[in-house]
Amino acid sequence: MQSTSKLSSTPPDRETANYLQVVTSLGILIATAVFLWWGFLFLRDSEGVNQLIIGAFAIVWGVAGVGLLYFGLNRFIESFSDRIRSIFQPFIFVGPAALILTWFLVIPTVRTLYLSFLDSNSVNFVGLENFVSVFTDRQMLTSFRNNLLWMVIGTFSCVSLGLLIAVLADRSRFDRVAKSIIFMPMAISFVGAAVIWRFVYYYSPPGQEQIGLLNAVISVFGAEPQAWISSFQPFNNLFLIVIMVWLQTGFAVVILSAALKGVPDDLLEAGRIDGASEGRIFFRIILPYIQGTLITVTTTILIFSLKIFDVVIAMTGGQYGTEVIATNFYRQFFINRNFGYGSAIAIVLLLAVIPVMVYNLRQLGKQEAF
Amino acid sequence: MAAIAKSSNRKPSTVWINLLLIVICFLWLVPVFGLLVSSFRTREDISSSGWWTIFPHQAWKRTSEIALTRGLPLDQPVEVLPGQRYTDAQLREGVILPDGTQMQWSNRRQRVLAISERQWTANLNFYLTNYDNVLSGRNYRYTLPDGSSQEERGDNLIGAFINTLTVAIPATVIPILIAAFAAYAFAWMRFPLRKIMFAAIIALLVVPLQAAMIPMLRDFTSMQISGTYLAVWLAHTTFGLPLATYLLYNYISQLPRETLEAAFIDGASQWTIFTQLILPLSVPALASFAIFQFLWVWNDYLVALIFLGGGGADMKVMTQRLADMVGTRGQDWHLLTAGAFVTILVPLIVFFSLQRYFVRGLLAGSVKG
Repeated sequence: MQSTSKLSSTPPDRETANYLQVVTSLGILIATAVFLWWGFLFLRDSEGVNQLIIGAFAIVWGVAGVGLLYFGLNRFIESFSDRIRSIFQPFIFVGPAALILTWFLVIPTVRTLYLSFLDSNSVNFVGLENFVSVFTDRQMLTSFRNNLLWMVIGTFSCVSLGLLIAVLADRSRFDRVAKSIIFMPMAISFVGAAVIWRFVYYYSPPGQEQIGLLNAVISVFGAEPQAWISSFQPFNNLFLIVIMVWLQTGFAVVILSAALKGVPDDLLEAGRIDGASEGRIFFRIILPYIQGTLITVTTTILIFSLKIFDVVIAMTGGQYGTEVIATNFYRQFFINRNFGYGSAIAIVLLLAVIPVMVYNLRQLGKQEAF
Repeated sequence: MAAIAKSSNRKPSTVWINLLLIVICFLWLVPVFGLLVSSFRTREDISSSGWWTIFPHQAWKRTSEIALTRGLPLDQPVEVLPGQRYTDAQLREGVILPDGTQMQWSNRRQRVLAISERQWTANLNFYLTNYDNVLSGRNYRYTLPDGSSQEERGDNLIGAFINTLTVAIPATVIPILIAAFAAYAFAWMRFPLRKIMFAAIIALLVVPLQAAMIPMLRDFTSMQISGTYLAVWLAHTTFGLPLATYLLYNYISQLPRETLEAAFIDGASQWTIFTQLILPLSVPALASFAIFQFLWVWNDYLVALIFLGGGGADMKVMTQRLADMVGTRGQDWHLLTAGAFVTILVPLIVFFSLQRYFVRGLLAGSVKG
């Protein structure tokens, strides 16, 4: 065995390049580039072409184009000596992902930071003015308050309800059906969920037939019907938060019940033999055991509720004092065309997730492989 | 062993636990059930009675009418039947007669009274016209309660459905392909900057879309692709890549080392190993991510709104179209319910048929920005 490293041993070990292969692979690459460019122009400029054709073409273009690109690049690099190949091959594999992420995610984020120091047309430098507005503007302050409501009440409800259902399901024979039902709304879009819940909250003036479920129920008990999503500010936010709880609790249930299944039985047995009550077992044994999962679920839903957007737009459009950070971002960026202000809001969102980012990176650092 | 011991050691389920669980499940299902039922109800039914009236219930049903003299003054109590006098206000509200029937104005101007009896009934007028109207882009006529008719344009959800598919399939397949290559490199190749690049991907997992959106839209505009499907695919590919890479890395790096080493010793190249060995072995992980990303793209509203918003009205995806309907037809529940159900149908089918994969993808993928 001439190879010392198993990872780099391929039988036709070469010291020099295979020039024929260099030429053919270059040909493939040029053809791929032409194909990608031609497809790009077609997709960009094709108007009035049947959608199905565009869609089908896009799938072929994207998949075949990306596949050919990898194939051509790889063939090109494999035509050189082993040493060159082993140096450059990994970059062919990670290259496209790295390129896309740098081009469309990393650099834009840095540019957003830069834009946040410029005025609405991104011409003049205004220093921290946008950030001052973000933290003093009445609408932004309302949206901070609302986001806080979403994050605290929404997350707490999702996690505690999720934990309750997970514990119940763990002791029931219908656990799979129950979990499926609770989990099902996760497949529904927020816009769809908004229609569902607008119908539940629908209000007709007193005296008319109430076709909204909630008002019909309270009418049975003799109460006046209410316009739930526009009155009682700021408590109308709670009726929107219910929608998120309805959608996201299933996520908490599924993950927490996986964690509950992992609690060792002898631990629970030991507790019971010692005469601990079920409540004590839950708080002293089960909760500490699933603490890590509980933290993960909580941060996930926290981030989710920080970025909440669709449901507010579809339910109220941000009116009636229900605006949140993301709807304000949309308004400043897309409707008012105030790019500086919009960027500043985006940066505030980014800053808010940085603790989670740092936590994730720390966890990564603890892993042995890295 | 452990699994067997587990089921016997758990406390047996009690009636109370199951009952509580059933109540919670019931609460969870009711909103969707109401939507589904309503989408089949007629325009008149849906605006005049709650969807729960499809269940048998007691209601007043008109049995006969009494015509009084036209122009009868109403400022005094009216003697309707011998010895029975009722005021105008009472007749507006409806009065219960001694025989248990109810009397109410049917047409006050014409002085016609309606007599109703309490009967068991259920509103079971169902039809598919609502779906017909929201799916097609044709014009259709309908009759208003007063007898006049009005023409309206359908919402063309079929078109939006095709648009959504056009957006969702490439936006699912392309990031998977790119991420699989990257994940393999991170898992099984050693190269400079590997750690830093992977850490960057972990960091990008939680970056909110909004942080990149404004410059991204500018780039797309200068590339003249803003408002095209290309822009949405690129956006979804970008936003899906960190998660896809992370998920697939977790899976691919756990594959047994011996299998790969055996292949290397046999002289397989990295390319062969990746395409012949890793990709087939990773099908479960690829499927989990595919389902997750597909549902994410299908249900997305923000990305479509920003990057497809500049395109024509006939390019809109279903979430956009449904949101438009909420804005313009907020009271037309027969159309909104049908429209909403059309948009959630595919995710529900995907969800119920591939639930296991979805859960797996979700366990790792919920942190997506």
